[in-house]
Amino acid sequence: MTVLVKVMLKSGVLDPQGKAIADALHRLSYTSVSDVRAGKLFRIEVDTADPRHAVEVGTQMAAKLLANPVIEDFEIALETASAAGGSR
Amino acid sequence: MTTARAPRVAVVVFPGSNCDEDAAIAARTILDADVKMVRYDERALGDPDLVILPGGFSYGDYLRSGAMARFSPVMESVAAFAAKGGAVLGICNGFQILCEAGLLPGAMLRNAGLRFVCRDVWLRVESKRTPFTLAINRGDVLRMPVAHGDGNWTADPPVFAEMKTRDQIVFRYVSADGAQGGAANPNGSLDDVAGICNVEGNVVGLMPHPERAADPLLGGTDGARLFKSFATTRLAMQER
Repeated sequence: MTVLVKVMLKSGVLDPQGKAIADALHRLSYTSVSDVRAGKLFRIEVDTADPRHAVEVGTQMAAKLLANPVIEDFEIALETASAAGGSR
Repeated sequence: MTTARAPRVAVVVFPGSNCDEDAAIAARTILDADVKMVRYDERALGDPDLVILPGGFSYGDYLRSGAMARFSPVMESVAAFAAKGGAVLGICNGFQILCEAGLLPGAMLRNAGLRFVCRDVWLRVESKRTPFTLAINRGDVLRMPVAHGDGNWTADPPVFAEMKTRDQIVFRYVSADGAQGGAANPNGSLDDVAGICNVEGNVVGLMPHPERAADPLLGGTDGARLFKSFATTRLAMQER
């Protein structure tokens, strides 16, 4: 199954990259942009057919390595196409 | 003066470390140390008096600076050494690794200006409770270089408040005359913090490079004062 781990800086944490991207979008005349937060997305293939196990493993990996709990939050999801496809 | 044996210093070498030899040279020339280079995949530190985690770009700084290095086998030994009160100095990437490993509080963000900053900075010594600052006066201003892209240290407000009450802020970025503010801070770190220590004071991390300002040939010797302070502290402990 394919586990998606989304890692974002916590809401209170300053995001220099997001701010620079927002500034660039403003320069491109996207004046309606009020804020940008930059994050990371990990697409991880896990050898299991059990969605609960895939989510559990993804959560462990995110907590241990992929996110730094001091500054980042994470969310776990299963890629739907792969889940529908079954064995993988 | 006692005729003490030469101090033993372990310099940890991660894949991508690039200041390991500089740290070893500083330890040899200033401390007259017996230096052991310890690979990331080794566990034996060699019964050191001091462990240095050097600067560089361990594991290419992939994911987050220091995030992969903290899981190297050698870090279990470093953590055990630190837990016994052993002196640990993390410089630049070494500081980032200590934060990722939880041996020091807080975490690193990208520099506020998003640029890699490579220039001399001035540091004010804020605490004398570490082996590396015990023989330096509080308020002294030291000049040494920084070279990093992820040195924007931060911590949760309650954590930072607790650190201040426990005297864990060791260095702050200041101007040459010792004042906070203006362009003195190269990376936007919280309250101009440049270096911190753990609660016990034996583990210290700082973004600037004392080993690169430890010889007149390098353009400055202020960094040598951290190593000299460690030597003084060690002798004082032995005479006790």
